[in-house]
Amino acid sequence: MIEVKNISKRFDGNQVLSNISATFERGKINFIIGRSGSGKSVLTKCVVGLMEVNEGSVIFDGRDFTAMNRNQRKTVRQDMGMLFQGGALFDYLTVEENVMFPLRMFSKMSKPEMNDRVEWCLKRVDLEGKNHLYPSEISGGMQKRTGIARAIAMNPKYLFCDEPNSGLDPQTAIMIDNLIREITYESEMTTVVVSHDMNSVIEIGDHINFIFEGKLWWQGSRREILFSDNKEIGEFVFASEFMKEIRENLRREGAN
Amino acid sequence: MVTLFRSAGRYVLLLADVFGKPERFAVYRRLTVAEVDKIGLQSLGIVALLSLFMGAVVTLQTAAQIESGWIPKWTIGFTTRQTMILEFSPTIISLILAGKVGGNIASEIGTMRVQEQIDALEIMGVNSAGYLILPKIVAALFIFPFLVVISMFLGIAAGAFVGEASGVISFADFQYGLQYYFDSYQITYALEKTCAFAFIITTISGYNGYFARGGALGVGRASTQSVVYSIILIMITNYVLTQLLLL
Repeated sequence: MIEVKNISKRFDGNQVLSNISATFERGKINFIIGRSGSGKSVLTKCVVGLMEVNEGSVIFDGRDFTAMNRNQRKTVRQDMGMLFQGGALFDYLTVEENVMFPLRMFSKMSKPEMNDRVEWCLKRVDLEGKNHLYPSEISGGMQKRTGIARAIAMNPKYLFCDEPNSGLDPQTAIMIDNLIREITYESEMTTVVVSHDMNSVIEIGDHINFIFEGKLWWQGSRREILFSDNKEIGEFVFASEFMKEIRENLRREGAN
Repeated sequence: MVTLFRSAGRYVLLLADVFGKPERFAVYRRLTVAEVDKIGLQSLGIVALLSLFMGAVVTLQTAAQIESGWIPKWTIGFTTRQTMILEFSPTIISLILAGKVGGNIASEIGTMRVQEQIDALEIMGVNSAGYLILPKIVAALFIFPFLVVISMFLGIAAGAFVGEASGVISFADFQYGLQYYFDSYQITYALEKTCAFAFIITTISGYNGYFARGGALGVGRASTQSVVYSIILIMITNYVLTQLLLL
């Protein structure tokens, strides 16, 4: 479980996050949603320690991450996996080497054990046989799947996904969503997904945090978000006429 | 002025991270060997070409300046030797490498920064500054002196060959000039300078790449800045070291 307690972040006097508190539970897919520039990426970077908070704390299973020094943080970071928006794969390494990278740096596994683990991870994301291809030689969806394979290589407790579906076609996006769901439930991970994609939110979101103007504006389940009367949530989730129509239909069905 | 001090502070803090304890020595060793090839051996061609022509030109220009019969011919060999060993090979070759190697380092690390690859390293718990920059520093400190010694040799050899071929000086006279009042400390001085320049090129380029921002434009800016700042610092350091070590 990850607890975010009263965190605030400022850039040159510009308040980006204000007093945010949230809990990301274990074995659940926790979404952070919000409009562009609302502060959701900054919140995620503060949680994983890529940015320092100005106030507040982030606690990983009772360990106060914000109070730790660099070396202490390393131990927590080895429990983290992260899928980046652009994949962030190392260009000069093959798919196999990318997945093996964290094992080489931190595990005490022998070479055959590492190979077995890499094979398992690649099989898990349906990338068998792509071991020796470079990131530039595979599609965007495959890059995301390689990113997931690398993120789970060390069997992390916490999985962070930054816009996992951006730039993907709907079918591939659903495949990535299903993969995130399966991995989260199989390994009882604490998963945090930052996304704009309402399909993903409705499909796999267990707990949703809506960020608006740097504040945690609303939180609840995917069912609750569909029936929320909150004006800002309504404007964000049901921005298009098509979605508004769906909401009306859902409300009518609910009333019946 | 504030920006200058802030940059200097960030540079020092980055160096502290760079020289932090490596996570896995074996990984760093492999990276260092790869960097020796990339930043050293792959620069051999341009270093050799420049040194050959510069040695030849220095010989011919010195010959062209010596009109008085009172000045012995072997002065040409002596001048070529002094030029190559004291300035051309250590300093001018380092300036060339600042462009080739420094620009490459800044753009490589800068691209990793804007593509979030450095964030990915940090998330895994890797000391990204050490992982990306330390192997380059070690490789440059190791291979640059070899490049400079090769440059000295090729420049002087080209001078001797062109002097003989063009008839401005015999090989025997050139050789006499080469050996005249030779002080091996000058080689030590040149290699010490080279090591200082290697450190400047790799750390300044690494710094600019590591803190690159703003997509492709930012990477381009980082690359340009790394070359410009490296050249300025090389020239200043060259002056300081010459004052300290030769006089």
